Amino acid sequence: MLELRNVSYTVTDNGKKDILKNINLVIDDRFVVITGPNGSGKSTLAKIIAGIITPTSGQILLDGVDITEMGITERAKAGISFAFQAPVRFKGITVKDLINLAAGKKLTFAEACSYLSEVGLCARDYINREVNASLSGGELKRIEIAMILARGTKLSLFDEPEAGIDLWSFNSLIRVFESMHENIKGNILIISHQERILEIADKIVLLKDGEIAQVGTKEEIMPQILGISAVCPQIKE
Amino acid sequence: MAMQLDKIQLNLLEQVADLHEVPAGAYNIRTNGASAGRNTTANIDIVSKEDKDGIDIIIKPGTKKESIHIPVLLSESGIEEMVYNDFHIGDDADVVIVAGCGIHNGGDLASKHDGVHSFFIGKNAKVKYVEKHYGYGDGKGEKIMNPVTVIEMGENSYFEMETAQIRGVDSTNRKTVAKLADGATLIVGEKLLTHGTQQAITEFEIDLYGEKSSAHVVSRSVAQDDSYQEFISRVYGNSECNGHTECDAIVMNNAKVTAIPEIKANHTEASLIHEAAIGKIAGEQLIKLMTLGLTEKEAEEQIISGFLK
Repeated sequence: MLELRNVSYTVTDNGKKDILKNINLVIDDRFVVITGPNGSGKSTLAKIIAGIITPTSGQILLDGVDITEMGITERAKAGISFAFQAPVRFKGITVKDLINLAAGKKLTFAEACSYLSEVGLCARDYINREVNASLSGGELKRIEIAMILARGTKLSLFDEPEAGIDLWSFNSLIRVFESMHENIKGNILIISHQERILEIADKIVLLKDGEIAQVGTKEEIMPQILGISAVCPQIKE
Repeated sequence: MAMQLDKIQLNLLEQVADLHEVPAGAYNIRTNGASAGRNTTANIDIVSKEDKDGIDIIIKPGTKKESIHIPVLLSESGIEEMVYNDFHIGDDADVVIVAGCGIHNGGDLASKHDGVHSFFIGKNAKVKYVEKHYGYGDGKGEKIMNPVTVIEMGENSYFEMETAQIRGVDSTNRKTVAKLADGATLIVGEKLLTHGTQQAITEFEIDLYGEKSSAHVVSRSVAQDDSYQEFISRVYGNSECNGHTECDAIVMNNAKVTAIPEIKANHTEASLIHEAAIGKIAGEQLIKLMTLGLTEKEAEEQIISGFLK
């Protein structure tokens, strides 16, 4: 269970600007989706949870333990995983290296293969590939998700997992989230604009201008979101 | 010739040639300024030069799947030497040559190994040449290596050169000069890590004379602490040819790196590319690995070892 208490984040470059204001949120559900317009502070909130950004004020608790002062490494060890919106490339580091680092041990070929096939990649073709510019954005994105599977932590955080997923359907992505929950039993927090991802949410958090505009079930929130057209009608298909 | 190596020498041998003992096949091991052991085979002869320090390695045409090890080990402080090794590689041969220099300097005098390796490569011959440099020892004496490699490539020959110098060598000035005939292919991969106040200068000068010849030079380096690196690469296209030179460096702490790629087309059909990138480790790379549970230092080590893999 993750709890955010009065979390605010203010930047002072070029004048004071509140990016997040008094965020109070409890994440104790299977799937929680944070949505909202661009610039509403969603990615900042994800980075605050992962420890990449330090909030200006407020408290973050993981299973009742105050993790506000913990750095990225400590939070990762405490059980938080974070899939980036834009995955990072590494020269010389292979897919196998990253999956092993994520798992925290040297995996057998069969184990590594199981994570990669979950995300629709054939391990034989990918395991020894370098995570460099030779991989497409979609391939990198799936490797990013495979790393989260290999970590198997109690909180998994995905920043727009659907962005750039090529030749691989949303259905497959949603199946990954579902089987992930079955296997790990943790909480999955997804930042997304995608209606099909919102549909699997047990709880939807609508963020607007750095504030929580509304929290509720998909039945409560979806009609309003569709009403304000936060979701592009073309990607509903 | 039966030979004995002491513990320090065996360690140097392992570092520069991945060997735990005296190798099988042809070899010439030089320790502390003198030849310590040699083995020749039916196809590979090794002959000492009479006018200067060094050896001639003669590989018969058509020699296949044989290897030659010629490590140089310096374990006494204060030795300075200049060695000339010439490799005559017959037409159609296919061989692996492992050279390397290991210096253990436990004293306060500088130890220095300068070597000129010249390769004369026959038609259609294929050579893989691996050269590693390694230094250790806690004396104040500097460990200095200045290797020169001269490569003359015959028609349709192939030469792949892999060099590595990871820590340990205080000063190095490497020069590689190559001339390529029709259809010849040269591939160079250089790995370099300097730290402390070390200095490394590497210079390539490649002349593509032959039709459809090609050269591909890739250098990856990491400069730490107060070290200094300079990468100079000149690729000259003198016919219908392909040339590519690339320098990719990570700079850390107060280190400095200079990359000077130069490409010159002396022919309208020459196709030449240069790339050079120098920068610190990307912050997002560190952050990604830290979100997997690595500390910042572990993440940095992982990124460097992958980069130099």
